[in-house]
Amino acid sequence: MTLDLIKGNIAIAQAAFDAGCNSYFAYPITPQSEIGEYLGAIMPKANRVYVCAESEIASINMCIGSAATGGTPMTSSSSCAISLMQEGLSYACAQELPIVVASVMRAGPGLGNIYPSQADYNQAVKGGGNGDYNIIVLAPGNVQECIDYTHRAFYLAKKYRNPVFILSDGLIGQMMEPAEFTKYPYEDIDNSDWILSGAKGREPRIIRSLSETGEMHHERVKKLFQKYKTIEENEVLYKEYFTDDADIIVVSFGSLSRNVKGAVKKCREQGIKVGAFRPVTLYPFPSKKLYELSKTAKKFIVAEMNMGQMINDVKVAVKGADVDFIGRSAGDWLDIDEIVDCVKESAGGIYANI
Amino acid sequence: MQIYKIPESLRKDTNFTFCAGCGHGVAIRSLCECIDELNLREKALAMVGVGCSAFLYHFLNIDSLECPHGRATAEAAGAKRVNPDKFVFTYQGDGDFAAIGLTESFYAGIRGENITTICINNNNYGMTGGQMGPTTLIGQVTTTTPYGRSAELNGYPLKIAEHIAMLEGTAFSARVSLDSVPNIIKAKEAIKKACEVQVKKLGFGFVEILSSCPTNWRMTPYEANEHIREKVVKEFPLGIFKNILEK
Ligand SMILES: Cc1ncc(C[n+]2csc(CCOP(=O)(O)OP(=O)(O)O)c2C)c(N)n1
Repeated sequence: MTLDLIKGNIAIAQAAFDAGCNSYFAYPITPQSEIGEYLGAIMPKANRVYVCAESEIASINMCIGSAATGGTPMTSSSSCAISLMQEGLSYACAQELPIVVASVMRAGPGLGNIYPSQADYNQAVKGGGNGDYNIIVLAPGNVQECIDYTHRAFYLAKKYRNPVFILSDGLIGQMMEPAEFTKYPYEDIDNSDWILSGAKGREPRIIRSLSETGEMHHERVKKLFQKYKTIEENEVLYKEYFTDDADIIVVSFGSLSRNVKGAVKKCREQGIKVGAFRPVTLYPFPSKKLYELSKTAKKFIVAEMNMGQMINDVKVAVKGADVDFIGRSAGDWLDIDEIVDCVKESAGGIYANI
Repeated sequence: MQIYKIPESLRKDTNFTFCAGCGHGVAIRSLCECIDELNLREKALAMVGVGCSAFLYHFLNIDSLECPHGRATAEAAGAKRVNPDKFVFTYQGDGDFAAIGLTESFYAGIRGENITTICINNNNYGMTGGQMGPTTLIGQVTTTTPYGRSAELNGYPLKIAEHIAMLEGTAFSARVSLDSVPNIIKAKEAIKKACEVQVKKLGFGFVEILSSCPTNWRMTPYEANEHIREKVVKEFPLGIFKNILEK
C-alpha cells in the first residue's frame, strides 16, 4: 500500500474519475472548488465531459440529461448552492436517475460563512425538494473515506437508479492526510434496458415524473418506496467504537467523529464507560442498530457542528431513551475537551462521583 | 404525386390533445417531418419542456425526457455532451424558454451547444390558463393583466429569436409563423435548417414559432390567425436572424 498526502476534495475528484464518472457539471463555490479545478484538468484529457455550468440549477439539470441518456454524471457544490439544486434533485429521484452529488458543507443559513459546518444534514437527508423521495447520503469522516465512499456513491447510484450524496464538509475538504487511491471495487451495472438511446427497433422510452391520475401517481410513489425499503434493508453503514459496554454513547457523523473518538478515549482513561457511534449512511439511517444499543446504554449524546439536526433521527431511533446534545453552527470544531466536559455533565446523573 | 402520411416520428395510435386552433400540433408535425426527412428519428432524443408542450412525449415515436420548467436546454446539453452522435432537441414554450429558463437558454447559444430548440411563442403561459408571459404584447389582456399589459408595470415583450441570434455560438435563429399555409411551409424550412446545423455540428439551432392560442386569447381559431397577422407580427417580425449555413 502506498499512501499519498491527499486533500479531501481532490480525493473525491480523483475517486469519481476512477469510478467512471464520464461527465462533470458544476459552478464554483468555496470550500469545494478544488473538485472542479482538478477535474477540469483531467476530464478533457481523458475525452470525458466537463462543463463549467452557468449555475447550480443548470449543473444539476445537465446531470439529469447525462444520466437519462446513459452518462455517469457528477456535480459538486456547497450549502446555499445545493439549495438551488433541489427541484432538479426531486425530479431525479422521481425519474430514478443515477446522479452523484458531492456536497461539501459550509456554514448557513444564507451565504453564511465559508467555515466548515455540518448544518446541511437536513438539506441532504430530508431534502429541500418537493414530494416523497429519499436520497442516499454517505458521510465520510476522513480522506480515505472520501475515496472509498465516492466509489460507493457511484455504485449505489447505478444499482438503485437514485441520486447519491457524498456529504463532506469544509474541514475534510480542505485538509490533507495520508490516503490511497484504490481501484474502483464494484461491478459494472448494465443500464441498456432503460436509458434513452434512440428508439431504434423498439418502442420509444419516456423518462418522466408526471402522472395522469392520482391513482397512477400513488402507484409510482409506492414503487419508489419499495426501492427505498430495499435500500434501508441492505445499505446501512455505521462505525462503532467501544459501544459494547458503554453507559453513554456519543453519536456523531463525518469529520466531527474524529474528535468524538478522542473524547471517548479520554473519558475511558478517567473511568467513564463511553462509546461512540457513527452513522456512515445518513440515509438509510442506522436506526435499528441505535435502538439495539438503547437497550444497554443509559444515555445518548448527539454531537454535531450545527444546532441539532441529526439529533431528531437519533431520538426517533432510540424511542424515548435519554438524548443530550452538544453542538454549534460553525467556527472552531468542537474539541475533545469540550466533548469530554459534555460527557461528564451528562454522566452526572449516572455516576455519583464525577 | 406525393402521398401525405403520418410521419414515422409521430406515434400512429395517438391523437393530439391540444385545443382547437392551437399551433402546437402543426409545429410538432412539421418538426417530425423534418426529423424523418433528415433520417434522424432512431437517434433522436427529445427534451420536453413544461407547459402545453409537456405532452409531446405522448405523440412522439422518439425517446423523450421530461425536463423541469425552463431547464430543457441544460438537460439537452448534458445529453448531447455525453452522446455527441445523437440528435438532441428541445421543445419548449416561450415562458419555459425565455422567462424561467432564460439563463439556461442563453447559455445554450453562448456555449454553442450543438442542439436544436423549438420555442412556441403564443404570447402567454398557455398551460396554466393564459397568464402574462415574456412575449405578451403591450396592452394584451391576460388573466394576470386584466387591464392589459402595461410597460410601466410589466416591462416589454422579449424578442427571443433576435437575442438568440446575437450569441456567438448560435448557428441558426429564425422566427416563423403558422398562421397560413405559405408560412407553415416556411416554418418547416426553418425547422429543418435548425436541425441541419446540429447534424453538421455548427452550434445552436433555434426556431421561435408564432403560434395561436385561441382558448386563452378568447378568439376563434380564425380570429386568432388574423390576430397574428395584424398584431403579433408587428411586435415579432418574421425572418431569419442568423444562418451560418449561408455565410
Ligand atoms: C418551476 C415551475 N414553476 C411553475 C410551474 C407552473 N407552470 C407549468 S406550465 C407553465 C407555463 C407554461 O407556459 P409556456 O412555457 O409559455 O408554454 P405554453 O403552455 O404556453 O405552451 C407554468 C408557469 C412549473 N411547472 N414549474
